Parts: sequence; C-alpha cells; structure tokens
Amino acid sequence: MLSLTVLVIGWAVIAALLQSRYLPSPAEVARLFVVELMSGDLLRNVGITLARVAAAAVIAFVTGTAIGIFLGRHRDADRFFDGWLIFFLNVPALITIVLCYLWIGLNEAAAITAVALNKIPNVAVTLREGARAVDPHYDEMARVFRFDRLKILRHVVLPQLEPYLAAAARSGLALIWKIVLVVELIGRSSGVGFAIELNFQNFEIGTIFVYALTFMAVIQAIDLLVLQPWERHATRWRLEA
Amino acid sequence: MVRISVAAKDFGDRQVLRAIDFTLGDGEVLAIVGRSGAGKTTLLRLIAGLDRAFSGGIDVEGPIGMVFQEPRLLPWRRTIENVALALPGSPRQPENLRRAADALAQVGLAGEGDTFPRALSGGMARRVALARALVVGPRLMLLDEPFASLDAATADQLRQMVAEIWRQHRVSVVLVTHDVREAMTLADRIIRLEGQPATIAADVTFGTPPDGRNELWRRETLSRLVGTS
Repeated sequence: MLSLTVLVIGWAVIAALLQSRYLPSPAEVARLFVVELMSGDLLRNVGITLARVAAAAVIAFVTGTAIGIFLGRHRDADRFFDGWLIFFLNVPALITIVLCYLWIGLNEAAAITAVALNKIPNVAVTLREGARAVDPHYDEMARVFRFDRLKILRHVVLPQLEPYLAAAARSGLALIWKIVLVVELIGRSSGVGFAIELNFQNFEIGTIFVYALTFMAVIQAIDLLVLQPWERHATRWRLEA
Repeated sequence: MVRISVAAKDFGDRQVLRAIDFTLGDGEVLAIVGRSGAGKTTLLRLIAGLDRAFSGGIDVEGPIGMVFQEPRLLPWRRTIENVALALPGSPRQPENLRRAADALAQVGLAGEGDTFPRALSGGMARRVALARALVVGPRLMLLDEPFASLDAATADQLRQMVAEIWRQHRVSVVLVTHDVREAMTLADRIIRLEGQPATIAADVTFGTPPDGRNELWRRETLSRLVGTS
C-alpha cells in the first residue's frame, strides 16, 4: 500500500513538472475515470473483455489440462507429440490471432479461439510436468480397490496436480488478458482493447490510462479474491491437522 | 477358495518366480516368508492383479482388500473419505460414509474420521489402511509387510488386532513378511520362497497352535519350515 502511494505521488510530481499532454496527472485521470464510469462505456467494455477472458481461460484450461494429463501419463504419446507442443509454444500470438480471423472470420468465436489457442500449449506443458510427477503408489492403490476412471481423476490425479493447476491459472490469467486486448484491438469493436485503440486514434492518453488501470485493478482483484483463496483451500490438507 | 498358479514370472531376462501353485481355503491365513528379493512382493502383486504379465492364472472370487507396506492414504482426503473411497460410488454418499465409520470403529479409530492423514501417527495410519481393506467386505486380504517400520509395541498391538479381525470375519489372508516369528504368531500356514528363480521351498500347515505356543511346538514348526526334519 505504501509503495503504491509513493508510485502515485511520484507520478503526480513528474506530471506537474512536465505539464505535458503526453502524461496526464493522477487528478486528471481520476476525473476521466468518473466521466467514463458515468457514460457506462467503462463498465461495458471491461465487462465484455472480462467475459472474453473467462471464456478463453475456461477453454484453454480444460483443453490444456486434458492434453497435459494425457501426455504426462502416456510416454509413447508424449514422445510423439513433444515436437508438436514445442512448435505450438513458439507460434507468435499475433500469427495465431491473424490466422484465426482469416480462417474463422472477424467474429467472437475467432477472437476467443485465438486467445485459447495461444494459452493451451502453456497449460499443457505445465500440467504434463505435474502428471509426470504423480505418485504411482496411489495409482496402484486405486487399481487394487477398483476405482473407475472418473474416481481416479477426481480423487487421485487432480489433487496431485493442484499446485500445477494453480500455477497455470495465475500465470495464465496474466497472459490471457494481455492477448485478449490485442485480439480486441485487431478485430473487435468492443472491449478494453478496442477502447484503447479508439483513444489512441484520438490521442486521448488520459482515457487510455483509465482503461489500463481499471483493468489491471480488476485482474489484481481476481487474483486476490478468487485465485489465492482457491489455492489456499486446495492445499489446506498440507497444513490442517 | 483362492487358487494361485504361477508357472513363470520374469522381469526381462531375470527369472523371478517358477511353479508356484497353491490353493487357499476360506478363512485360511497364509504367510509367505523368504529373504528380501525372494519374490514375495512380486507374488503378492500378481495375486492383487497389479501385474498381469506372467504365465499362469489367479482365481479369486469376491473383492480383495489390500494393505501395502506404506499406508498409501491420500493425504488430500480426510480419513473417513480415504476409507469410503474403496467402496463403489462417491465417497460422500451417506451409506458409504456410514460403512467407512463402521470400519474405522472396528480398528479402534471411531471419531478420527475428520482428520487428514498428516495428523495420524504411523500406527494409526496403518489402522486406517486396514479399515480401508476391511470396508469392501473382502473374501481375500493381502498384506505386504504391514508392520514393518513400526516400533515393537505398536506392531504387537496391531498384530493382535488383525488376528482378532480375521477371526471375526473369516477372511482368507495372504501375509507377506520376512519375519518368521510374525508369520508363526499370525498364520495357520507358512510358505517359504527360495531360490533364483524362487520356488516353494516349504509349505507348512500347523492349524491352531497349542495353548501358549510353547517352545517345543515352535521348534517343530521351524524345523518343518526350513526342511530339516
């Protein structure tokens, strides 16, 4: 909290010294925040972007986790697909985005697919690491007591993957929202990315600050209020007697 | 009735087991003894169905309950859920939870259901593993050195408890141990594995021991087991 205050004071001092339209003061940004808030644009755009982040994150997590667990637990498949995974990890985000818009069209499905495709290899690699570390002793126990596949996944495998899921979720959220902004900037007419593009055209640097800061605050809040408590809950068995 | 017939079990070029054939009656308690590396645990894994790469056949009717060398409790599930998980269906079904609570009570752990395994002592964790093997209503119970790495007093206490439970449930038991004395206290019959590959070097049935398990009886059994009489 103190370091944040120092940052804002520093910003105010520099802005006052420069007196430049390229660096609006905190007070000016706060005024613009209220303007944007009252017009409803801010909430609408942030909401739309958040919905896209959520949709892309869910798709990327479910798909990436499935791929990661499969590869981590099947050595032959892992050897075969390892090269593919490295290849897709290294495809630049921009190329995936442009190709999705070209192949699927300038629509919502293409936007969300592009973001998810960017994230899936990261999730898969993290979860593959986790699946490789799964303790075979528990698998044997599950086989002796005839657990079905769903029971093994839910009670034996996924709990061991929770630290990896949490790591993928937190680093994933940070990556996904940045890509969503690019996707919006290139091919959507709503959302935070679009708003930033619009204000860039009009040289509205203050409003760009408003959008950027608001969205960063929202992502921080999700991390603090959703992801961190979930991580604590998932690992409580390590601490609770 | 349990029929075990292992014609051959190899790990690559290494021959591990040869011509292991025996049947086990209902309620019979069999101990398999032998040196470390004699193939005892391998044989137990074949019986449990954990390893199907061998020639021969294992014929077991009804559910199997197994107690591993380590308790192998899932640390992220509460004690009662660890037991209930062995039953078909969800571990949170009331019927499964009730049966799990019964099994925990049988091993003297009523009221410990809500703790996580981390909080259990080594002896308590073994008892939970035993409850998990019991809850399925097994026709056959397999135990792999279940009292190893426990202190002597705790191990003795647990031996008395399992002997009592086996008697009550009339379950057939295969107990793997390297401790001949443990085998003689707990089992009705002892099979000794020996050799490379291992075969049955001795198969001794001695029924109910005389009162007090006196020294003469002990010496006789031992000599039959090592094949010197």
